Amino acid sequence: MKYRIVSYVLGCVLGIEAAAMLLPFGCAVVFDEPCKWTFLLCSLICLGVSVPLILTRPKDKTMFAKEGFAAVALSWIFMSVFGALPFVFSGSIPNFIDAFFETASGFTTTGASILSDVEALPKSMLFWRSFTHWIGGMGVLVFLVAILPVSGGGNLHLIRAESPGHSVGKLVPRVKSTAKILYGIYILMTILEILLLMVGGFDWFEASTLTFGTAGTGGFGILNSSVGEYSSYIQVIITVFMVMFGVDFSFYYLLIMRKVRSAFKMEEVWIYLGIIAASIAVIFFNIRDAFGTSEEALRHSAFQVSSIITTTGFSTVDFDLWPQLSKTILVLLMFCGACAGSTGGGLKVSRILILFKSIIKEIKVLVHPKSTVKVKLNGKPLEHEVLRGVNVFFVAYMFIFAVAMLIISCDNMDFTTNFTAVVATLSNIGPGLGAVGPTCNFSGYSTVSTLVLSLVMIIGRLEIFPVLVLLSRKTWKK
Amino acid sequence: MNIIVVGLGKVGEKLVERLSREDGHNITVVDVRQSILQDTVNSYDVMGVTGSGAGIETLNEAGIDEADILIAVTGSDVLNLLTCLIARKINNNCNTIARVRNPEYSREIHLIKEELGLAMIINPEQTAAMEMARVLRFPSAIEIDTFAKGRVEILKFRLQKDSPLCNLKLVDIGGRLGSNILICGVERGNDAFIPSGDFMLKEGDFVSIVAAIKDAASFIKKIGIKTNKVKDCIIVGGGTTAVYLAHNLIKSGIEVKIIEQNRERAEFLCGIIPKADIINGDGTDNRLLIEEGIENAESFVSLTNIDEENVMLSLYANTKTQGKVITKINRIGYDEVIRNLGLDTIIYPKDITAEYILRFVRAMNNSIGSNIETMHYILDGKAEALEFRIVDGSPVANKTLETISLKPDILIACIIREGKIITPRGKDMMLAGDTVIVVTTNKGFNDISDILK
Repeated sequence: MKYRIVSYVLGCVLGIEAAAMLLPFGCAVVFDEPCKWTFLLCSLICLGVSVPLILTRPKDKTMFAKEGFAAVALSWIFMSVFGALPFVFSGSIPNFIDAFFETASGFTTTGASILSDVEALPKSMLFWRSFTHWIGGMGVLVFLVAILPVSGGGNLHLIRAESPGHSVGKLVPRVKSTAKILYGIYILMTILEILLLMVGGFDWFEASTLTFGTAGTGGFGILNSSVGEYSSYIQVIITVFMVMFGVDFSFYYLLIMRKVRSAFKMEEVWIYLGIIAASIAVIFFNIRDAFGTSEEALRHSAFQVSSIITTTGFSTVDFDLWPQLSKTILVLLMFCGACAGSTGGGLKVSRILILFKSIIKEIKVLVHPKSTVKVKLNGKPLEHEVLRGVNVFFVAYMFIFAVAMLIISCDNMDFTTNFTAVVATLSNIGPGLGAVGPTCNFSGYSTVSTLVLSLVMIIGRLEIFPVLVLLSRKTWKK
Repeated sequence: MNIIVVGLGKVGEKLVERLSREDGHNITVVDVRQSILQDTVNSYDVMGVTGSGAGIETLNEAGIDEADILIAVTGSDVLNLLTCLIARKINNNCNTIARVRNPEYSREIHLIKEELGLAMIINPEQTAAMEMARVLRFPSAIEIDTFAKGRVEILKFRLQKDSPLCNLKLVDIGGRLGSNILICGVERGNDAFIPSGDFMLKEGDFVSIVAAIKDAASFIKKIGIKTNKVKDCIIVGGGTTAVYLAHNLIKSGIEVKIIEQNRERAEFLCGIIPKADIINGDGTDNRLLIEEGIENAESFVSLTNIDEENVMLSLYANTKTQGKVITKINRIGYDEVIRNLGLDTIIYPKDITAEYILRFVRAMNNSIGSNIETMHYILDGKAEALEFRIVDGSPVANKTLETISLKPDILIACIIREGKIITPRGKDMMLAGDTVIVVTTNKGFNDISDILK
């Protein structure tokens, strides 16, 4: 592996993080909170580490797949470590492992928290917590590629390792332009949501923190009751935007380019919307009696379904109290996740679709042993490599799931809690059921489990393999 | 510019490599082979589309409606032409370039070009043959690029042991030899330099000089290299390139002997090149070569289909004859190794083809925004020689060269004023209406003002 290019990328990422910390610093200055100097100090620490790393900038910037994987995985781990510093230094979360969990949860847009009283945190801390969602949503390496002066084929490896989906392609021929377009759409939608929330009576602080949580499909709120106390207008806006941020961003690009027909040909988007509609309908009928009006039941079922399938993790009510059918649907949606190429996590609808079609294909082949059947997506036959990738991903996902669950079961929590805790972190959702339900938090877990779950979140966000690559001895060979 | 490259063969890949290095191009590649496409997308900043270039859906996906240039370089002539035809039907503003290599079409080539609205047709074998013929007419140089409508040349040659230039500093050359030439580039091993005055030349360097044609000839003579064009030529391998080359050489009065192994092919050659001697035999057989007079041949070209065989043949020929030896290499990519073998001229048809297409792309690019007249890659692709026209009000005009502060690694190699060629010295000026040749290892210059600091 070429160490210098990896450390160069790491340096750039930490530089971006140093710049990002200036925002909560500004926020703390506005609210005149004592923790403002903490942010400035942390920003300087990031910068201090980043500059020497950037100076290792090699002449030859060609990057191969393994450097891309390693750079992305290490970047995310380092980002979480340094991002945790403000929490530790300010005393908001004195335990470093807990702070690491909280930050990893932020960057990976999970939204799982170990805080039992969110409202006790200074506002600038809450702002930083939510802002990590926004950075992590589209990905910091995508941002880096968009602004880095060099361009080359190798940069695609960075985006590929960071962006979710079974096959990450480009929207336009250049990686850099692709990254810019993605961020352009992301920023545009973010601003739109902030404005719409402000129309609903929010001040800029509430509007931006909640929007960061929605845009990154993260789920950190600023109240202990998540989104439950807000007006129904706000809840509807957030529902709509959660669904929108869970759609493949190339869908929006095609719309902007007026290629409406190819946009509407995207199978995954339709299936995604279909799953949402069906789940809302079933849950609506299942919980209608518990609410006073049908409007309320519909709003809550729509909110929870959108929140879970897009892996955001906001909640308006404690769905842990809902009937088994509704709860089971929500847990299944946790596995499913949003579209590939969105800011959401999970297995992704496209993978589920491909797996499902593979099953149908297998049945056909069993019935007609000599028939030739190809699995198609968007009307195009898929290469064997893609199918293999999806299958292996699914298996790896389940293995990680099993191993993580085994480790955290040492803490002797009940099965529902452990099961949903792992899926909620691996799919980057946030709340689960039982002791990690929407009204509870992850503080009940031991230090080892917290650390494991933090790593599970990063593994889930980067879609497993970039992190696993780090474990191979051959990756580190010069 | 938006460029679509259809077909990722040897030429296609070379083109993608070169084009993606230049700024401002959005490149999309189309190929039916997914794995090759994947490799290319991983190595270069381009987008890949799977499918046949002649498919309307594929072309649409590749963005044909906004493409400025489509280059069809698949292995099949018919597919290339069809691709270009369809591309033009969808987007009439798209310039199309097709590779057409079958010699049977070569007579109708102008008709095809006209009828299909092609901007350029390129035939790799013919282009390579032209290049070889040019070298044979001027055997002492390794590479020749022409500028200013053929009045100025950049020549590359290798310094032999006994050359008077060896161990001489550049500042001393003018005084010692009194010549009106400029050394604009030196390659030593893998490095390319744009040398300054105190640069010392060494044996084995590849030296590029820029000069007016007559100055170049006299300079070459002064440093003791023969300039005469060759009188005869032995070609081993009677493929398509050999046919083009033989025709070309015979036209300029050079005797040609072709050694071809396949009986049928030999007879066929006999029919289409009546003036050449066709020998039916194994060109790798030393005895045959000696029998056919390799020791007295003034030039030798190895054109078999196997690169390794060509290299060996040429190495052998080098030991037997003092004449010019040309080696064709199609496929293998060990440039550094091959260069150190001491073969004087190596022709890579894929590079030449790519170069021609690139020149066209550059020229097109110029028509929108920049003002490069011609451009060549020199020093093994590590540097560019660009010809600019100075317009009124240009920031470099009417100043003596001494007072202009240039970016590093730039040399103003030549000023052409009303047909007169000036080898620039510190006191010279660039005036409006002049064209100047700039040699640089920087990439992506579009305007003469780009040379300024």
